[in-house]
Amino acid sequence: MTSRDTVLGRIRAALADVPADETPGDVPVPRDYRRTHTRPGENTVALFAERVADYRATVTRTDRAGLSDAIAATLARHDVRHLALPDGFPVALLPAGSWAWHTEPLDIPALDALDGAITLAAAGIAVTGTIVLDTGPGQGRRALTLVPDYHLCVIRAEQIAADVPDALARLDPTRPLTFISGPSATSDIELDRVEGVHGPRTLDVIIVDPAHPEQQP
Amino acid sequence: MSNPGDRGVVWLGSPSFPDAAREALKNTQLRANLRRATSTIRDKRLAVASELDDWEALRESAAAIKKRTSRHLDRYLVQLEQSVTAAGGTVHWAADAAEANRIVTDLVRATGEQEVVKVKSMVTQEIGLNEHLAEAGITAYETDLAELIVQLGDDRPSHILVPAIHRNRTEIRDLFTARMGEWGQPAPDGLGDDPAELAEAARLHLREKFLTAKVAVSGANFAMADTGTVVVVESEGNGRMCLTLPQTLITVMGIEKVVPTWSDLEVFLQLLPRSSTGERMNPYTSTWTGTTDGDGPQDFHLVLLDNGRSDTLADTVGRQALACIRCSACLNVCPVFERTGGHAYGSVYPGPIGAVLTPQLVGVDGDIKSGAALLPFASTLCGACYDACPVKINIPEVLAHLRAEVVEAKRTSERLPTAEAVAMKAAARVLDSPQLLAAAQKAASLGGRALARRGRIGRLPGPLHGWSDTRDTPAPPAESFRTWWRKNKEGER
Repeated sequence: MTSRDTVLGRIRAALADVPADETPGDVPVPRDYRRTHTRPGENTVALFAERVADYRATVTRTDRAGLSDAIAATLARHDVRHLALPDGFPVALLPAGSWAWHTEPLDIPALDALDGAITLAAAGIAVTGTIVLDTGPGQGRRALTLVPDYHLCVIRAEQIAADVPDALARLDPTRPLTFISGPSATSDIELDRVEGVHGPRTLDVIIVDPAHPEQQP
Repeated sequence: MSNPGDRGVVWLGSPSFPDAAREALKNTQLRANLRRATSTIRDKRLAVASELDDWEALRESAAAIKKRTSRHLDRYLVQLEQSVTAAGGTVHWAADAAEANRIVTDLVRATGEQEVVKVKSMVTQEIGLNEHLAEAGITAYETDLAELIVQLGDDRPSHILVPAIHRNRTEIRDLFTARMGEWGQPAPDGLGDDPAELAEAARLHLREKFLTAKVAVSGANFAMADTGTVVVVESEGNGRMCLTLPQTLITVMGIEKVVPTWSDLEVFLQLLPRSSTGERMNPYTSTWTGTTDGDGPQDFHLVLLDNGRSDTLADTVGRQALACIRCSACLNVCPVFERTGGHAYGSVYPGPIGAVLTPQLVGVDGDIKSGAALLPFASTLCGACYDACPVKINIPEVLAHLRAEVVEAKRTSERLPTAEAVAMKAAARVLDSPQLLAAAQKAASLGGRALARRGRIGRLPGPLHGWSDTRDTPAPPAESFRTWWRKNKEGER
């Protein structure tokens, strides 16, 4: 008898009280919770910006025309020169300047030598201030946003879901997903929160929003 | 069949809870550390849980999903196996700790590597994987900051979420300075005790390990049967390092961690971070489904571990403990845990959930005097744990149920009735009879007042010392309420 048979056999014996004709659907699962915790009419982009900033990540809002300048201004605030550039990132958006963009193939030592990475995102979650990467175009392999110490993520306003249920419904679980809520952190010493352990210690987020307040009359 | 000795979970040679608790209570530094930490995290949890006005609906849903899963666990595990296999992973089944350790050791050996990096995982603590790997000449590096502190100190974890909660910053600084060099990159010279500085030292210490590791071992927070997706929830990025950079990933998972569908995650991903660290969302959550060409480990193994879980499942009251998502909210609200700390429980699962899970996982049928059999008594049954539990495990109900089982086992194993049973029988007779009760109250009043000093009864001799050594009892009033009522109110009706 294999261990598989042993374990499954024990489980079936342990469930002797479950009627043989019961199906999973016979066990009711109430779904009375909200699909979103945003208030009616609430601006999800503004909420996302506020919640991301709560994790001490820096958030910038811009429209499409201002994006290159916003990238330049954001990068200029940090001492980063060499950045990983994932396949599929729109090169036209990259600002002119003293930055060196490094493309694949990038092995681990090469990534370790870089200052940071710039990526797009797969989705955002407003209520929790989360960005989600799915390794799709412009996001790169997971290692790109992990090994370098700095991550600049560009997300489009329409990618931001109001809350967790919406976001999960938009995502494809067959792809490797990384949910990022602020820079890496620990509270392991006296429950005193410290930002920056093994993952990127600095996270900047730029939201590309056609309805950016400065563009409205 | 396995015997309970194969299961791990408890630390052999640990003193029983009452003895360990008595020692822990004398440690004022420990009590101060714990009180500060648990009250901080309690406030944070309450603040973020109250942001969601449907918190109760989320709890109801989570409990129901776990109930559905456990009643059809065999079906969901087989489905998970198919999904993971179809996505390029390999599934292994382990009946007990010894078998899981053997499987992991063989998998590591097959890679030819002698080192593994580890993501914080309760289940690998439960089975004692690190010790087993060490015997096979394989070094396991803990990469979670708190687990690193525990490992460097040859210590034991004392909390599910923050295993080094019993250590303060100065102790950690001293430990890093003394021991990091033995495991790899030494601590920087002149290391201070600021938490940010200590976190930086951990980053430097582990960096080389992450970048060169070929094999990683992890646990799992959830695994979805329909898609075969595995989820690890973490904060520091050590999890991402282990799950992304090595070539081989071995995930050990208790069979109760399976959930039916990907969309079920929407419930747990709202409940877990808020209950656990008191955040709207933890910094990093990684999900993966089998293997992905050109990204992450190309060899993925999922070890499904029973180790007493099917025995727990057989108890229709106790099985609800398998719904636990290891958030540790019950530890942080428990008045007993706050005073004794986690080590007193002598188990990798401390606190209220540990008190119901530990005896069920190790099985105490044959050994009612074992430390695990005493754990259901390590509670005041105040119910704070039930209120805090995001999956609505009725811990007080399971505690009372397990207590009854222990008492029953004791009764059948001893030919003579215990002193407690005799006392209870006498109490039943007295409480049955108004005359006897009045006489007993009068006697207690006289006796109690004779013993009392300044209105309190202190330490008592004989069998009563167990109660009175650590508690004062107020002296009984001169007359009972029943007597007072008869004198003052009865005539008014």
